[in-house]
Amino acid sequence: MEQWLSSVIDPYYQQVLMLVGIYIIAALGLNLITGLCGQLTFGHAAFLSIGAYTAAILTRDFHLPFILSLVLGGLMAALFGILLGIPVLRLTGDYLGIATLGFGEIVRVAFTNMKITGGAIGLAAIPRASNLINVTFFVILAVAAVVLLENSRFGRALKAIREDEIAAEAMGINAMWYKIQAFGIGCFLAGISGGFYAHLLQYLNPNDFGFLKSFEILNFVVLGGLGSIPGTIVGTTVLTLAPEFLRFVQEYRMMIYGLLLVLMMIFRPHGLLGGVNFRRLLRRRKQKATALSS
Amino acid sequence: MLLQQIINGLTLGATYALIALGYTMVYGIIQLINFAHGDIYMIGAFIGVAAVALFHQNFFLTLATAMLACVVLGVTIERVAYRPLRRAPRLNLLITTIGVSIFLETFMTVLKGPQPTGFPTVLENVTLRVGTLEFSSIQLVILLVSVALMVGLQFIVKYTKIGKAMRAASEDYDTASLMGININRVISFTFAIGSALAAAGGVLVGIYFNSVSPYMGVTAGLKAFVAAVLGGIGNIPGAMLGGLLLGLAEVFGVAAGFSTYKDAIAFTLLIVILLVRPTGLLGRPIQRKV
Repeated sequence: MEQWLSSVIDPYYQQVLMLVGIYIIAALGLNLITGLCGQLTFGHAAFLSIGAYTAAILTRDFHLPFILSLVLGGLMAALFGILLGIPVLRLTGDYLGIATLGFGEIVRVAFTNMKITGGAIGLAAIPRASNLINVTFFVILAVAAVVLLENSRFGRALKAIREDEIAAEAMGINAMWYKIQAFGIGCFLAGISGGFYAHLLQYLNPNDFGFLKSFEILNFVVLGGLGSIPGTIVGTTVLTLAPEFLRFVQEYRMMIYGLLLVLMMIFRPHGLLGGVNFRRLLRRRKQKATALSS
Repeated sequence: MLLQQIINGLTLGATYALIALGYTMVYGIIQLINFAHGDIYMIGAFIGVAAVALFHQNFFLTLATAMLACVVLGVTIERVAYRPLRRAPRLNLLITTIGVSIFLETFMTVLKGPQPTGFPTVLENVTLRVGTLEFSSIQLVILLVSVALMVGLQFIVKYTKIGKAMRAASEDYDTASLMGININRVISFTFAIGSALAAAGGVLVGIYFNSVSPYMGVTAGLKAFVAAVLGGIGNIPGAMLGGLLLGLAEVFGVAAGFSTYKDAIAFTLLIVILLVRPTGLLGRPIQRKV
């Protein structure tokens, strides 16, 4: 199967596509926390790294099957997310963002100093187990899960909390409990994404998961349109591919990327697909179809 | 020994405080976490390096040039990148600051290469002894310059017309503009002062550690930001207090044997303070309103 794939798609493009898929999984998790529930977090990369290191150590040193360690990595990230969320989710707005940013940096420093993670040298020789098929499969699974969640009682509760926490509580929504759940699910997705990341690049370094990575994922979500699942997917794709397309400008690449970020925020303040969801997309297509037939 | 560590901590803390003031003033008025602020500090240090050669090792001219150049830079960035977004969702503005930050870092990397460079000698390093106490003349200069700048800032904020306008704007942005305060000028001025202080911090730290690099603003900026939050973001004395506290905490943390965890000390302190006093040591509590 894999051989057939690499005869169809160039290995380099496969790698890029997998990276897009991996980031989509993480960005969907962040969209759930920040976009749907309105809780600002600047530490998403920390959960990515927790999942990545857990999964990598499980397959490398304990020879567990890939998918099992992937899920365990996700669960580990979710566990840490919930443990952090219980005290920290009492904070609101920027303060929550700042606290999660602090947690992200603590995790990075901890991984730099731990023995089992290889410290500052990093963790190498991770088996390559991510391929386009299992990544795509998990992306579809993740998209389906968050779309179902968004349109459920749970998703509506999160939106109510985002719009007005006090009003939501007055309606009988246990805001804290829902926020922790959203945080846990979001971190689980980040952990899964991290596991794929580790088994794609086969090497992990704590410095790859600094606060800039957290903001990169946040950029995906905001650029696509905060709270919109199709937007998150488009935003992630555009921003992951942009540096690849900008390779021809070489060392000016990141400069242009930064400039692009500023310009896009100025000219598309609500993101590429702000306020668009799958339901509305379907409805629009239906309307078009009926308009055409009549 | 204890006094020695306190002096080291205060020196480090004073530089954090200089950067933290820029974060806190901008946040106080437009509730924006300006992540590009650490990079202004970095650019200030690089301009300092260039200015040393230009002014034949004159410390004060070097400092003044760096500050002035960063005032221009800071005001320009605000005018070009932040002002068009003032009514946009706040998260967008935040991401714009990150875009600017990435831009400045890469710009300097392209210009100077990613490796750290030394800071040319501009101050003679003499070790001063008072009893058993030992400190370098550079530390003394850092402390004196920082204190002078902070006193100057207090003076501007407390006793000048534009300072009064700044305080009014941080109290209530919309009402201040209704009272005839030119809010755009106030914001430009805030960015100007903040950038000048950051540039001063950059030059001082460059001299202190004899190293300047395009990525020096990342960690320093984050820590200074932590200092601002510790003291209560938006509160000017809070930023000074937070900076000094953070400097002391780091120096004592390293002395206590946590040197490999040095960078985590600031953030652990941050989370603990946020949980105990969610708006920082000197910050006003947030009121929850419907």
